[in-house]
Amino acid sequence: MKRIYVNEKWCLGCHLCEYECMFASSGLDKMFKLKGRLSGYVPKIKVEGDDMSPVHFAVNCRHCENAICVQSCVAGALSKTGEGMVELDREKCVGCFTCVLVCPYGAIMPAADGKAAQKCVLCTDNSKEGPACVRNCPNGAIVYEERG
Amino acid sequence: MRYVIVGGSVAAIAAIEAIRKEDGDGDITVFSDEKYPAYGRPTISYYLNGTISREKMAYRDEDFYARMGVTLELGKKVIKIDAKKKEVEISDGDKAAYDKLLVATGSSPVIPAVEGFESVRCAHTFMTMDDALSLEKDLGPEKSVLVVGAGLIGLKCVEGICGRVKKITCVDMADRILPSVLDAEGAEIMRRVLENEGVEFILNDSVAKFSDGRAVLKSGKKLPFDILVMAVGVRPNTSLVKEAGGNVKRGIVVNSYMETSLDGVYAAGDCAEGYDASVNEDRVLAILPNAAFQGSVAGANMAKGTGGEKKQHLCGVPMNAVGFFGTHVLSAGAYVGECLRTRDGDNLKKLYVKDGLLKGFILIGDIERAGIYTYLVRAQVPVDEVNFNLLKDAPQLLAFSDEFRREKLTQKV
Repeated sequence: MKRIYVNEKWCLGCHLCEYECMFASSGLDKMFKLKGRLSGYVPKIKVEGDDMSPVHFAVNCRHCENAICVQSCVAGALSKTGEGMVELDREKCVGCFTCVLVCPYGAIMPAADGKAAQKCVLCTDNSKEGPACVRNCPNGAIVYEERG
Repeated sequence: MRYVIVGGSVAAIAAIEAIRKEDGDGDITVFSDEKYPAYGRPTISYYLNGTISREKMAYRDEDFYARMGVTLELGKKVIKIDAKKKEVEISDGDKAAYDKLLVATGSSPVIPAVEGFESVRCAHTFMTMDDALSLEKDLGPEKSVLVVGAGLIGLKCVEGICGRVKKITCVDMADRILPSVLDAEGAEIMRRVLENEGVEFILNDSVAKFSDGRAVLKSGKKLPFDILVMAVGVRPNTSLVKEAGGNVKRGIVVNSYMETSLDGVYAAGDCAEGYDASVNEDRVLAILPNAAFQGSVAGANMAKGTGGEKKQHLCGVPMNAVGFFGTHVLSAGAYVGECLRTRDGDNLKKLYVKDGLLKGFILIGDIERAGIYTYLVRAQVPVDEVNFNLLKDAPQLLAFSDEFRREKLTQKV
């Protein structure tokens, strides 16, 4: 299965992927319309490293082979698709955040309303074609490909 | 190969999934004394407050048992294990032979002996779907509820029924709420969260007796109530293994392969003891993720036979994620050693460092990326191998070595 991988060398820490992520799931037609509404969205990708840091990179769900979040979910809301993607059934999620407690990558987080978790599902939950963070990274620091 | 599983909840499901990875053909039979296919037990409080529907409580999709080739025997209680004949006896008189048996019987609420308890008309416990449904029948806007026990189960019950009754009083003999999860400072924050919703706490006190629809406390205080919920703790269901001659302490004794002392018999979940890396000893870790981890190891080893390399369960640590009315508490490990504390209003962070390791933590409010801390606790990563100054500030992968990040972020994990 194709997954998202990062290359620290090319990441400027510009946070554009975070905005692209919020935009992708917002349903808005222009990204600038996020302005003034940012509290309503939480990006599912997280850029690490502040402006002074020599190292930057983005982190989102690794879709682990043995996903500890899936094993730990108290509601059975997290599961793996046949392909291996970790997905979340929001209707089943009770927002206990056991998944936040166990994800070693910090890649699953409370949604903006605080009532359920959210995570990257490779933009299969919106109308974008393929992960928006990857497609719009100007530096090629995030890629979507098959790796061992 | 004939696999029999006693108990139908999380450890059983994890075991089924693990067995089927190794063995597509063997017969798997699950005996559960409940009437329902597996559901998320911790979701019962969310059912009562309307967060989740009954249908959505199912732990796996509808065709799970069929797809996995499992015979699911609901409402069937196993009453005996004959370890010599390798068969189990069911309450209706039936018997079932096994080659490998998993005991995943969970735990049961403890009902302390209190004078007059049998005279209480609406007494409940809060563990199962039937518990929740029977409690729900008694709820009403004019009802006063007494919850005995301010632990995770008691307080999730409180949250579940809060909008559906007139008054809730919660009594605990400890000096704080959530005594097994929180220290005094954290407990104080959460107590206020619950008190703001109208819940009344009486701590350092316990019920001496019940009479005339009232609880009389040790302190002499008298509390009238309509509904009683007993939530003072749980006890592992070990009797099947004990009566079959297996080694049982507080829980069923298992090794790291989840094997009991009986040949071909495994145990997993709330009924079993297991290695707790945070305190370096075996104990019962009655938490849901642990049931899944142990069930998965048990299932893999049951299916592997004598040939394959056995799978080991190595890194159990206590951990809890629990929220009340929108304020969340995430914690893991042991609260020992030096405490690094940050507090900003009701946001609290406590990291516990001992012997060069992050041994445990408590986060209240700001819980973002807590799993990075949990990883440090579970994997026992020495704090001098990471940039701990960064981690003290916030959980982040930047604090780890370049090599670690290469391994984790640039290849399949």
